[in-house]
Amino acid sequence: MSHAIKKMFCAVALLVIAGCDGGQSAFSGLGPVSSRITLLIWIMFIGAALITALICVLTLISIAGPANWRHKLTGKKSIVLGGIVFPIVTLTALLIYGFLVLKAGGTLVQAENPVHISVVGEQWWWRVIYRHDDGHTTESANELRIPAGRPIEIELSTADVIHSFWIPAYAGKVDMIPGRINTLHFMADKPGIVRGQCAEYCGGAHALMSFYTVAMMPSDYEAWLAKERANTKPALENQGEQLFLSSGCGGCHTVRGTQADGKIGPDLTHVGSRLSLGAGILPNTTESFAKWISQHQTVKPENLMPPFDIFSESELQSLSVYLNSLE
Amino acid sequence: MTKTTEEKATLPNTLPRPEGEEEELLRIWAAPTGWRWFTAVNNTTVGLLYLGAAFAFFVLAGLLALVMRTQLAVPENDLVSQDLYNQLFTMHGTTMMFLFAVPAMEALGVLLLPQMLAARDLPFPRLSAFAVWAYIIGGAVFFSTIFYDLAPKGGWFMYPPLTLTEYSPGDNADFWLLGIGFIEISAIAGAIEIIVGILRNRPPGMSLDKLPIFGWAMLVFAGMIVVAFPAVILATMYLEIERSFGWPFFTAAGGGDPLLWQHLFWFFGHPEVYIIFLPAAGLVSMIVPTMARTPLVGYKLIVVALIATGFFSFGLWVHHMFTTGIPSLSLAFFSATSMAVAVPSGIQVFSWIATIASAKGRFQLNTPSFFVLGMLFIFTVGGLTGVMVAMVPFDWQAHDTYFIVAHLHYVLVGGMVFPLFATFYYWAPMVSTRMLSERLGKWSFWLIFIGFNVAFFHMHITGLIGMPRRVWTYSEASGWGPYNFVSTVGAYIIGAGVLVFIIDVMRNFRVGEGCVSNPWQAGTLEWLPTDVYSTRSIPHVTSREPLWEQPNLAEQVEAGEHYLPNAPTGGRETIVTSAIEAKPQYVIQMLGPSWTHFIAAVFTAACFLLLTIKVVIPALVCAVLAIVSFLVWAWELDKGPDKGPVDIGAGFKLPVYVTGPVGHGWWAMVILMLVAGSLYFAYLFSYLYIWTVSPGVWPSDAKSLPSLQWPALSALLFIAGAAFFAVAKRTLPEPGKKHLLTPLLVLLGALSSVLAVYLEIWCHWQTGLSPAKSSYGALVYMAGVLNGQLVFAVLIMSLFVIARHFTGKLDRVRFASLENTNLLAYYTVAQALTGLLIIHGFPRMI
Repeated sequence: MSHAIKKMFCAVALLVIAGCDGGQSAFSGLGPVSSRITLLIWIMFIGAALITALICVLTLISIAGPANWRHKLTGKKSIVLGGIVFPIVTLTALLIYGFLVLKAGGTLVQAENPVHISVVGEQWWWRVIYRHDDGHTTESANELRIPAGRPIEIELSTADVIHSFWIPAYAGKVDMIPGRINTLHFMADKPGIVRGQCAEYCGGAHALMSFYTVAMMPSDYEAWLAKERANTKPALENQGEQLFLSSGCGGCHTVRGTQADGKIGPDLTHVGSRLSLGAGILPNTTESFAKWISQHQTVKPENLMPPFDIFSESELQSLSVYLNSLE
Repeated sequence: MTKTTEEKATLPNTLPRPEGEEEELLRIWAAPTGWRWFTAVNNTTVGLLYLGAAFAFFVLAGLLALVMRTQLAVPENDLVSQDLYNQLFTMHGTTMMFLFAVPAMEALGVLLLPQMLAARDLPFPRLSAFAVWAYIIGGAVFFSTIFYDLAPKGGWFMYPPLTLTEYSPGDNADFWLLGIGFIEISAIAGAIEIIVGILRNRPPGMSLDKLPIFGWAMLVFAGMIVVAFPAVILATMYLEIERSFGWPFFTAAGGGDPLLWQHLFWFFGHPEVYIIFLPAAGLVSMIVPTMARTPLVGYKLIVVALIATGFFSFGLWVHHMFTTGIPSLSLAFFSATSMAVAVPSGIQVFSWIATIASAKGRFQLNTPSFFVLGMLFIFTVGGLTGVMVAMVPFDWQAHDTYFIVAHLHYVLVGGMVFPLFATFYYWAPMVSTRMLSERLGKWSFWLIFIGFNVAFFHMHITGLIGMPRRVWTYSEASGWGPYNFVSTVGAYIIGAGVLVFIIDVMRNFRVGEGCVSNPWQAGTLEWLPTDVYSTRSIPHVTSREPLWEQPNLAEQVEAGEHYLPNAPTGGRETIVTSAIEAKPQYVIQMLGPSWTHFIAAVFTAACFLLLTIKVVIPALVCAVLAIVSFLVWAWELDKGPDKGPVDIGAGFKLPVYVTGPVGHGWWAMVILMLVAGSLYFAYLFSYLYIWTVSPGVWPSDAKSLPSLQWPALSALLFIAGAAFFAVAKRTLPEPGKKHLLTPLLVLLGALSSVLAVYLEIWCHWQTGLSPAKSSYGALVYMAGVLNGQLVFAVLIMSLFVIARHFTGKLDRVRFASLENTNLLAYYTVAQALTGLLIIHGFPRMI
């Protein structure tokens, strides 16, 4: 029962995201870092609109204005005022304001007790590693869960080419560069679901490299993290799990609690609990699993998973049901 | 009446001109016809070909954009595959930047500058023609890769490691690297021609403060190419070497750094924007005064603004890298410089407004001025969004989204394409017997202007609501569908506008010497009556707008009353004047039509393209054939002093052959050295930069370095080489005599430089250092590669000089070939010694 309700909640959440621009928009400003930038955006938009209007009016006057108005624009003085003094004054003010925004963002860097999460960019998905206070880690993929109201510190790195990690609703983007580890600091004001996407062109399926970020009440988050950390229960009598293990899926994927311990692809221990499949491109349903397994090269061209069109209709069904049940 | 007689009296030459003078000019400057059209070097022929090719690439890249826009019109579209789309956007950006924007501006330089300077041609006509053919052949093959799935797909910025062999196997990326590297070389050739042309081929009296603004803009443009392009050439060399031989410049595991590419690429890539914009701004500064019938207000301020833009543009490349996690101090510095560059643009905008406001009568509203006004609006918006992205926190959101796509199109289309269309309409009558249609022109303008804003204005929002760049599709749920649909509609409207323009050109553009002379009543020299030989005589200039200030100038020039109304050496020639005051110094004898530069271009292009597909032996054969054509071409360059001195009028008896710092060849060589210097500077930057990133791969103690006697011996050999060349110049024989010591010393000079390079590479090889193991090794051997290519050039030039000696074309008076070889040899020594100092000194210091 609660299962069905949760599924429904997710579906509604997805609809809400689709309906409004809160999902992947820099205007939504759902955290202190991004809301400061949203304000900056509006200030600069209004300023730019006024300056554009001014230039248009001056041009119109210079072409068709009354002679005495035109005359005022003809001297070197107007060039010095309009072309030198005005930009220097406005730009200096803007620059100082920009530094203040930068500095305000910096306060999160020193925040105590942040939530530590590592995200590794891979062609074309996200490896997400939660770092527990006891030094252990829990690996997940293609979805980020965070507690609202707590500072988040994300360590960003890459396994292959340059990617860029971007959740517009919470913060600007930071690149993931080979040989380097960058950090991103932000905070979510309140619980909610938003979308992120790779922003640096990373080859082939760059367009299909997204993820959902779920901000939760801190207590819900702790509960969720404990569940995420736990292994799944082996269900060897399950035909889906048998198929999973016997078809070689475990060579690349891990399902903690089973023999599947591959590290190449996304960790699937709790894949059934995620909002999406294929790095934010399919809704998480049994049908989607079937679709992914049988036609993933059509769904997400060039992705690095080998083709698995070996299953019969019923095998595909039981495999999909099994994966969907990994919550 | 008396005044006119006085003026007549002071004109350089008297009437009537001798019989047959004009016929001789016509014969000498006649453009070849039929098959021999390919050999043409006349600046109008070459310039139009250049401009036509650039426009063709604009249309082709525009068509690619339409395919992309069609794909993006609706969400989850599958009209175009992911792989093809990735090729499409890579080719669209690359073609627009490298095959359209820069060549179009160089083309306008070749086409307009000689006319504006009333020079018969620029000083190296075959070099321009070579650059054009190399570009057309290389560009056409490069572009055609899109039709057989071989096009690069790493984006126009080609960031490694995505573009390394591991993630981009296949030849696609190599086409970008070799194709673009090659086209950049052709751009540098053009830049050298433009700098020397502007500084040394101005008409007598046109001191630098009377240079038309377009000349200033082109001077800054060409200077920026000289400094900026070598950085990307070096970067493409690194990447191609890493792809082919595994030298880890960009691989973190080998001590390299992918960000090195970004630094080098944007050190070129940001100035590139201004390289494109400045000449276009220069064109606007020419059109606005004409339409206002009044001189440009704030000429000097604009000159300062142009130079300042060029200068600042080299200090803000890091603003393309705000999201790479660089330290906040760098962020602050580059944020400030990025804003500072807005000031010179502000100066230009307000100068244009001031000039429009001071119009005599009313500012003329016709197609060129419509495009100028369109530019004013679009470029202002692009400049303002540029200020926005200079704000670091804003950039963190906007970077790599459609906001940037919108911003860069506002800057580049506003800053370059609109001025270019204004130019087409404004200057067409200079080379066409008919003007373009005002009616079609206005249709074209409104379609392009409206289409552009429909396509791109709201695209700022598309980006901020989350749409990243370079995505071939997006989900329905993203909500970006309607935004994209409108953009697609706008793109087709732009396409319609361009189509109207093409129809106009086909209906009305007929190449030929002007039928309508000076239709806009402009004040500058390109509106003098001309024929194939350019102007009948070269005017004495006393003001910035000679056609406004010097009455009857056109008639006097046409009658042959000004300088050089004839062809005293019986060949192609023009006046060379001093760089600042424009005082006549000598008459340059120029080369005419020839197959040499054409064949050289064909084989150079063939060599690069064959290398791309790794057909090495035929590529080398082509390289040899190209070098042979270059040498045959160069053989004719040094024409000697026999035909001088000649009288050009006003009592000037000028030599027809000079050497040393007065000569145009010396100037070109010095600029070439600046190019090489920029390249080496970029190399030194990479060496130190990689050290800061991976000091661990540098040798920890001096024992693993070659012992100091080897670099000392190398240095000694380099210095000895330079000394041999210097002494060789002193041993030059009297004209008509031979002196065996000269070729011997030249040969020794070349050989000891070769040996020095070999020794330097050998001594590192002896220590077991491998270029493929670490970035340190790669950089050490890279220094050898850079010295090696210079020494190779010195060697070829030395053999050339020796051949000149044995054919009696090298003596104490006629020694330009040796002089240029010496200059390059001296530069090589300076570079090599700097390299030795760094490579053997730096690891011992740290």
